[in-house]
Formats: sequence, structure tokens, C-alpha cells
Amino acid sequence: MPMVEKTLIKNGRLIDPANKVDGKADVLIVGDKIASVGVVDAPDAQVIDAAGKLVVPGLIDLHVHFREPGDEEEETIASGSAAAVAGGYTSVVCMPNTDPPIDEATGVEFIHRMGRQARKTFVYVMGAVTKNRQGVELSEMGLMAQAGAVGYTDDGDGVQDAAVMLRALKYAGMLDRVVAQHCQDQSLGGRGVMNAGYNSTILGLPGIDPLAEEMMLWRDVQLVRKTGSRYHAQHISTAGGVKIIREAKQMGLPVTCEVSPHHLLLTDDAIVEYDTNYKVNPPLRTRADVEALRQAIREGLVDALATDHAPHLQSEKELEFLTAPFGIASLECALGLYVKALIEPRVVDWPALISMLTYRPARVIDVPKGTLGPGDRADVTIIDPGAEYVIDADAFFSKSRNCPYHGWRVKGRVEKTFVAGELRFSAD
Amino acid sequence: MTETDQEKLTWTHKHLLGLKDLTRREIEFLLDTARGFEEISTRSIKKAPTLRGKVVVNLFFEDSTRTRTSFTLAANRLSADVVEFTKKSSSVSKGETLIDTARNLEAMGIDIVVIRHNAGGAAKLLSRHINACIINAGDGYNEHPTQALLDVYTIRQVRGSLEGLKIGIVGDIAHSRVARSNIWAMTKLGAEVTLIGPPTLMPAKVNELPVRVSYSLDAVIQELDVINMLRIQFERLGGNPFPSVREYSHFFGLTVERVARAKPDLVVMHPGPINRGVEIESEVADGANSVILRQVANGLAVRMAVLFLVSQGVAEQSKER
Repeated sequence: MPMVEKTLIKNGRLIDPANKVDGKADVLIVGDKIASVGVVDAPDAQVIDAAGKLVVPGLIDLHVHFREPGDEEEETIASGSAAAVAGGYTSVVCMPNTDPPIDEATGVEFIHRMGRQARKTFVYVMGAVTKNRQGVELSEMGLMAQAGAVGYTDDGDGVQDAAVMLRALKYAGMLDRVVAQHCQDQSLGGRGVMNAGYNSTILGLPGIDPLAEEMMLWRDVQLVRKTGSRYHAQHISTAGGVKIIREAKQMGLPVTCEVSPHHLLLTDDAIVEYDTNYKVNPPLRTRADVEALRQAIREGLVDALATDHAPHLQSEKELEFLTAPFGIASLECALGLYVKALIEPRVVDWPALISMLTYRPARVIDVPKGTLGPGDRADVTIIDPGAEYVIDADAFFSKSRNCPYHGWRVKGRVEKTFVAGELRFSAD
Repeated sequence: MTETDQEKLTWTHKHLLGLKDLTRREIEFLLDTARGFEEISTRSIKKAPTLRGKVVVNLFFEDSTRTRTSFTLAANRLSADVVEFTKKSSSVSKGETLIDTARNLEAMGIDIVVIRHNAGGAAKLLSRHINACIINAGDGYNEHPTQALLDVYTIRQVRGSLEGLKIGIVGDIAHSRVARSNIWAMTKLGAEVTLIGPPTLMPAKVNELPVRVSYSLDAVIQELDVINMLRIQFERLGGNPFPSVREYSHFFGLTVERVARAKPDLVVMHPGPINRGVEIESEVADGANSVILRQVANGLAVRMAVLFLVSQGVAEQSKER
């Protein structure tokens, strides 16, 4: 019989929000499971001293673009997975807007296989809501569910047609899977490349009206009211969107939402030099929107923090602002960004932050992750909350460098990442 | 201080990307410089050796007759060599990117790039990636600085100064680079600008600009000293922001009847090309109040000044190093 690996993480501050744990505790990992938590002695275990560090459930990102299949020069599942564990993520959810899109079961199986081969983070995938992401006919949602898809989205675009969205919600309800939406009404947002506002006016660039997000989100909430199906609003960016989420939650609807780091840190003022690293969809909004999103987080309205990691080639980002692709690569520096946006200005404390990065996103996609009790899968991240470092996009494991935070000084460094009991990343 | 010393102090820019970031003093200096060049066009031999040995590239990704010809002539009069480069499409997913095109041209040894492009910020993008001087000849609906310079030059010529003048800009403000450059130049020079058109042709947060907004030409026509009629750019309008051309002309067209209700010395301007009978009636375009052809003539002197000054700006910058 092969030796079972044992690792004892000692003296850390264990934050396990699902189990309401926040305090000094040791964590013993045996094989791929958490064996015990508390004051633990295990003479035969490899010991990691985590004094002064945070020991948390492995982080979960509901929204990444790993570009495979189709755009492997920008990112692959292997390179994206390496970036993920470096960022402390033990589970990620790949978006289906690849080329071809993931709109049937073999695509789902392909993503899983490549994820297993990469042997870094756990790779989940959402399938497309509609065939070829055209917004017209439902994809084979049931077969994709059987293959392990954790939800559906046409991310990159919203499902424009209300009748199609209604059908998708009903059908996904039967499968008990979540439908996630990139809320943007094309008739209002269509040709825009940045937030519609003062800055788009003085820069002479077509704008995306905040209403484009609000209208679709509001519509979808009405559809959820009718169907009772689970619905997840992706990367909410507007103060109006926050209001709609708040009302939906007050009504007790099964509506969840996520927010991305750029919408918590940056505004459209950043675009003044036409730097395409700030071109992202939904676009950077205004200071008032940033404040509203932070307030939503303070109120607990935001279920998940999700990077929307969207790698792109430098050569593409060197195009005119009008034609360059949307997207920011931020997977491996995300934790430092969340600390800057939420911990330093005291919007939330560490346990609240960790909950939006662990068990709450796990609940959105209904997977048994994000907790650190005995018997749970040993996905563990160790964080040095005080460690300061300078973000260096050139050192990313990701294949892409389209990161507007390059050169930023942030606090909160990922020290070690365990996936199913295996050490998959170590900062030293 | 001699006059040449003052010139050196006043112009240090290697590029002309827009007017938004220029000071009043810089704009005035540019206009004064243009005045000096006006005289060359009246000579029998219309040439000065100012830019001899320099190469100017006209890099036009959009159609243009007036602006391109004007830049070519201006460069010729300053004895520069001019290379014409046209590329209809700026679709970049296929073929060469803007940066690559410019880098290739630069490898051939050019001094000044005059660029027109359908993307806002294209001129700025070039300025970040190549060493030549960049002159923006219109980028998307961001800016068209030389057009606005010749507009204010013409107003100065007719009215002496812009200080306190009431200027109306009428039409598709949302999609107009001319409007944006006009707003910056005119307000910096002390004019009071009113944007006139239906709300469907106004950009987002227009009220945060240093202008007034009116949806009624009839309500403001009597108070205007200058009126700049923008061309309806049918090629840029998405959907139909106004119900019909007929209805647009009815409410926002500059007719003989409307001019009759305006101040007698109203200065009528248009950046061209004119849609006769749409935004302006022929009798008005060709009438006594119109300075439209004078604008075109002045464009030459203004562009000579710009070509001259950006090349001086390089000299200034290299001296500083």
C-alpha cells in the first residue's frame, strides 16, 4: 500500500466562513481530504508553519476565460490553470465563449480533460445557453449537465431575446442548474467600447449606456419571478444594477451576482490616454458606480468576487481603442486587488472577503467546495495578509500581459495553494 | 525679448493631436503663425524653403478631399516631399495593423505623419509608437484640430476676436470631431458656445461640457454672432436619430428665412462638404453672410503653420535633451 501523504498546517489563522470559524487552528490534510482541524499533532506529517498567515478554503473564481479551444496563443487551460493556483484559486469556472464555443457535451468533456491534464486547479465549465451563442436556439443543456457543466451562459453577450431567456430559465430549472447572464442589452449597448458618459463624449468614443445592463438585469429578474429558476448576474458594474439585485434579493428570488475587481478599483477616467488595457466589457463606469458596488458588498448583496480573467495578445491590445478586444487579465493578482478595494478601505473584513471567494461562489454553482471541515476536500490556500509586493505582469504564468495593474503595489500574497491535498503552488 | 525668443517659448509640441490640451496662448500663437504664412499664397512663386528635405506622409484611412488636398498643398508650399498613402479599410483583424503600417513608413525615413482614421484616439496611438511628428487630420469623432483652427482663424479674420462672441454649432454633435475641436478652441478663445440639434444627436453628459445646449434653432438664432452648420454625416448615423431629412431641415436647416431673423452680420460657416438643402440652403451657403470658401482658403495657411510648428517642436524637444 502506498504511503498516504500527510500535511499539517500549523499555527495559522483559520478562516472558514461557512463553518463560522475564524481563529488560530491547525489543519491536518491526509491524502486529498481534511482529516482534522483544531489543535492537532501528527508526528508523521510534513509540517508547514503558518504563523501570521491566513489559512482559508481554496479560492473559487466563477468567471475565467482560458481561450482553449481556439485562441491558444492567448491562453491555454494549462497556462490559465497555472495562473489560477498562483492566484490562490483551487477551482475556476471557464466561460464557454471559445472558438468553437462550448455548446455541447463533448466540449464540456474536453475542458475537463485538459484541466485534469494541467493538474493545477480544478477546472469547471459553464456551457453556452444557446447553440453557437447565437441567442436563438437552446443548446443541449441536459447533455452538458450530464457531462458536468455547472451552469450556462452566453457570456460575452447577453441572451437578447426575452422568450429565449424565459425558455432557458425554465429548462435549466428542470436540470437544477444556474443560468448566468452577461447583462447587456445590445440595442442600447451595441457599438459602444466604453461607458457612455462625460469621458466617452470628450474622447469621441461610442458609449455603452449603463441602462444596457440595468434593462436586461431587470428583465431577467421578472423572468426569474415567473420561473423560480436560479439566476446569476455576472460582473455587475452599475449602481442601477446593484439596486435591482437588492430588490430581487429582498423579494427572496434565487438571484445571485458577482463583481469583478476592475469595477471595484477603476473608473472610465482611466481611459483618457486611450490605453486599451482599460477596455473591458462591461466597461469601467464612474466613481459613483464603484461606491455603489462597494456598498453592495458591505451589505452582503454580492455572492461572489469573480475576476473575468480575459487574456489577450499584446498585438491585439495595440490596436485602436475602437477595435481592440475587451478584457483584463488579473487572475494571479486578484487577491491583492480585492485587499486594496475592500480590506484596506474597511469595506469588509477578511472572513467576509473569503466568503465571497469560497463557499458563496460554490453555492452559486452548487458544488461541495469552499469549506474546511473534517472530511472536506483538501483545497487550501495560505495567504500572507501583510506581505506587500509589486504586480509584475511580465512574471505572470498567464500567457497574456493585458493587465492595467502592472506596477501597482498591493498587499496580500498567496503563499501556498493545495488542491486535493497536493501542493500545487508555492511562492518560494 | 525678441520675437524669435518668444516663439521658442510658446511652441514645444512635437504633435498636434487635438485642441483639448492646448492653452489659449498656444492656440493664439498658432493662429498668429498662420497669419505669417498667408502671404506665401499671394506670391507668384508660392513656395518657401521652410521644410525642404522633410518628408510628410498623408496617411488617410478615410475618404477626404478638402483636408488631404489642403495638407498636400501646404506641405508643397513649404517645400516638403509628400507621400500619399490611402487605405480604405481600417479593419484590423485582417491585414496590417495601424502601428505596423506606421512603423513601416517610419523605416523609410519620414518626418511628419498626417493621419485621418475612423477610430477616436488613433493619432494618439501613433504618437506613442513612432518617433515622427503626428498631425491629427480627424480621428473618429474625437478631434479634427486643423478644421477648428481654420474655423477660429476665419472668425478672427472677420470679427477681430472671439472674445464674447456667441457661436452656435448646429447638427450631429454626437458623431462630430469638428464639433469637439470647435468647442475646445472657441471656448478657450473666449466665445460662448451653444450646441443646437435634437437630443438624439447630442453626446452623453453634454451638459458637463463648457457649453449651452438648445434643441431649438429658432429660439437662439437671433442672438448668434456666428453659426457653424455641421454636415449630417449619413454614413455615421446608426438607426435614424431623426425621423426624416425633411423634418431635420425643417427644424435645424439654415434657411434664408432664418438668416433674415438673425443679426445682419451673422457669420455663416460650414466645414464641408455641404449637403445643399439639408442643413443649409444654397442661397445661404453662397450668400453674403457665408465665409465657407474663405474657411477653405484659410485652411492652407493654418496647415502650413501646423506643419512648420510641429517640426520646430521636434527641434525644441531635442534641444532640451
